[in-house]
Amino acid sequence: MSDMTPKPNLSPSVEAQGGRGSAPVPATEHDDHLLHDDHHHEHHDQHWLWKYVFSQDHKQIAKQFLITGIFWAILGGTLSSLFRLQLGWPEGTMEWLKPILGGWVSEAGKLDPEFYLALVTMHGTIMVFFVLTAGLSGTFSNFLIPLQVGARDMASGFMNMLSYWFFFLSSVVMFSSLFIETGPAAAGWTIYPPLSALPQAIPGSGTGMTMWLVSMALFIVSQLLGGVNYVTTVINLRTRGMSMSKLPLTIWAFFLTAILGILSFPVLFSAALLLIFDRSFGTSFFLSDIYIAGQALSNQGGSPVLFQHLFWFLGHPEVYIVIMPAMGMVSEVLATNARKPIFGYRAMIGSLIGISLLSFVVWAHHMFVTGMNPFLGSVFMFLTLIIAVPSGVKVFNWLATLWRGNIRFTAAMLFAIGFVSLFISGGLTGIILGNATLDIQMHNTYFVVAHFHLVMGSSAFFGLFAGVYHWFPKMFGRMMDEKLGYIHFWLTFAGVYLVFMPMHYVGIAGFPRRYYAWTGFDAFSQFADMNKFISIAAIIAFLGQFIFIFNFFYSIFRGRRATQNPWNSTTLEWTAPIEPGHGNWPGEIPAVYRWPYDYSKPGSEVDFIPQNVPYSQTHSSNLPYERDMAE
Amino acid sequence: MNPQPEILSEKEVGLGWHPKRVLLILLIFSIVMMFAAFTSGYIVRRDEGNWREFDLPASLLINSILIALSSASMQWAYFSARKDELGRLKTGLVVTLVLGLAFLAGQYVSFGDLVAGNTYFGGADANPSGSFVYVLMGVHAFHLVTGLVFLAVVLRRALNYQVHSRAMLSIGNATLYWHFLGGLWLYLYLFLLLNH
Ligand code: HEM
Ligand SMILES: [Cu+2]
Repeated sequence: MSDMTPKPNLSPSVEAQGGRGSAPVPATEHDDHLLHDDHHHEHHDQHWLWKYVFSQDHKQIAKQFLITGIFWAILGGTLSSLFRLQLGWPEGTMEWLKPILGGWVSEAGKLDPEFYLALVTMHGTIMVFFVLTAGLSGTFSNFLIPLQVGARDMASGFMNMLSYWFFFLSSVVMFSSLFIETGPAAAGWTIYPPLSALPQAIPGSGTGMTMWLVSMALFIVSQLLGGVNYVTTVINLRTRGMSMSKLPLTIWAFFLTAILGILSFPVLFSAALLLIFDRSFGTSFFLSDIYIAGQALSNQGGSPVLFQHLFWFLGHPEVYIVIMPAMGMVSEVLATNARKPIFGYRAMIGSLIGISLLSFVVWAHHMFVTGMNPFLGSVFMFLTLIIAVPSGVKVFNWLATLWRGNIRFTAAMLFAIGFVSLFISGGLTGIILGNATLDIQMHNTYFVVAHFHLVMGSSAFFGLFAGVYHWFPKMFGRMMDEKLGYIHFWLTFAGVYLVFMPMHYVGIAGFPRRYYAWTGFDAFSQFADMNKFISIAAIIAFLGQFIFIFNFFYSIFRGRRATQNPWNSTTLEWTAPIEPGHGNWPGEIPAVYRWPYDYSKPGSEVDFIPQNVPYSQTHSSNLPYERDMAE
Repeated sequence: MNPQPEILSEKEVGLGWHPKRVLLILLIFSIVMMFAAFTSGYIVRRDEGNWREFDLPASLLINSILIALSSASMQWAYFSARKDELGRLKTGLVVTLVLGLAFLAGQYVSFGDLVAGNTYFGGADANPSGSFVYVLMGVHAFHLVTGLVFLAVVLRRALNYQVHSRAMLSIGNATLYWHFLGGLWLYLYLFLLLNH
């Protein structure tokens, strides 16, 4: 335990509080759950099943989300490698995949076209929802919110546990759908009707689609249970002194992300419910005037565009649900490793709020080609382009934080810088697509694919990696290997640019997304080499991820042991023991006196002052107005 | 005022609400968004034409009165708990439960009236206009069932003397949720009256 002692001078109040222990509190009211805070310590020898499986401890639940997320990421990546094989080598044989894919590879060694659609659909669904929503928010909101706001656990540990198990159930259903005879859902991750509404439309519209909807319904329940918990914890369980204006930006990001989820996922639930009724109960919410195989269907009066409205009302906030946690973690990692306060703390909060508000009023930019009234289109275009403003504020502040910083290039820092780079590259094409006139040309081409893979897919993954490298010591009490981290970073960073940059070119030329075969079009044959190049880069970048996977699991068991505060960071989680037990702090919860970004404060003897150090202990560095607070 | 200042002083004040109250309010917001989606979908769909008009069963008015009454009895139970009048508290809860069940039964009867008026949920003769009515009523009824379960839990606690003036959290939350469900129904009813 000797390495647990904080370095002298660094976090005095932790030491001061060390021995006191929690004072027993008289219980007077049955209803009051705040009291449970102090009862937690009693459950020392729990059965392993309750400790590791049905745990209600937020740190354990975070790890469950992370491991499940990693599983899904590997699967999602594998699926993309499969369809990149098809796109890169359209004439090639897939005979050698027959042992794995079985009937999905034809006698002639060709990938089944229906299966190709299923692949892109499942890849999108898995990455957006299971990895970058559940795996990212689920992991880090769970892990960091209680630790950074100074709480013993989430507001409701039970609901938190349910949140994971609903996610698990949803995962099981989605995973099983991969193995059914007719294949998984194949209508794209946006599951537009009528393809998704008519079980007889294509093989993937049958049982696979039903399972998709069931799985997503469970997923939404999981998100809501998690989200209400995160918000409540931030509102109610902050430690003494942790006012909203002293919260780390991570917490602000998780908080607003959870609010977006609470307000937008129910709308997807509504849409899914109506779709289920259309599929199985003979309603016609999204169906009208349809002929299948020459037969007129009886469905009358529905509108597929209505589904798009409902879907994108969730869909657009969803992309910010994916990116905002990454933004928060990147802010934190950048400030810590540049040894500088985050530039424009309040502007960072303001821009997060701005993005959150705007994200609810731009959804129709995904629908410019649905024949909407051009005036309405220009309103949505205007609102969409305004998002560039808060996004620009954030980028400016990240760059200004780096500017003349005393930068430590840890693996987490590299990924954080990579995030900023990718967010800029991808954001720029967003501004192009936000213009209705340009979008009508570009819609449903690889240009859109390139846009959202840079700005959402890759960026959010980079945020996720930054978070894992940075908080791994707190999660597992050990360090990840930095050298492997560097190799992982450079492979991935070069990889994503090599994959997605060329997609812009083919996209501008009109190359359509979701096409199984493009060899029939003369216009696109010239891109044969480009496609091969993209595929090779994608597969190498994907294989590079196994360096991370190895590093991750190896370090859990064999990594170098971590110290209590390996990055010399200011936030509260680093004042907890190396591997915090149930209840997070053995003694009292530290109180907070200052904002989370006192790095390299002029006059201070150390280059960081944790949030729980009172001003009375830092006379040399106090600013004039802080002197009054030192009394 | 505050029963345990020692504990709360460990925390920032937040909004001054108990965490469970905050959880409930957030869940209510998510339910609101569900119905916002349904009703705005209804409007968008109607404005695109190919929309069949339908008659709203008169029985819905009776159901609306039932649920409004149940809100009143719930509020009465709440006040009784605050004044430690435990007998009235139990009566109030039982009356609310009965009225809630009566409302559900009434909705079921109204489904029958809808069918009798040739408004169907699905099938060849259905139009989204009518299907929407069933969805609105059905999803609301589902939430009402969760409200009834909540009420039953509070009633059990009341029978065990666990609800009184110094233990108001559970009945406070139940009251809030029940009023919300009643208000939601009145909104839906008004919405259908104005837009059918
Ligand atoms: C300046 C900011 C942004 C603007 C103006 C913008 C604009 C757009 C537009 C107009 C489209 C529709 C393209 C089409 O389908 O024809 C689009 C697609 C998309 N954007 Fe963005 N975007 C921005 C930032 C972001 C961010 C930050 C994310 C995610 C974190 C994101 C994720 C997506 C996704 C996932 C799609 C494609 C969805 C699909 O069709 O499958 N965008 N963007
Ligand atoms: Cu969007």
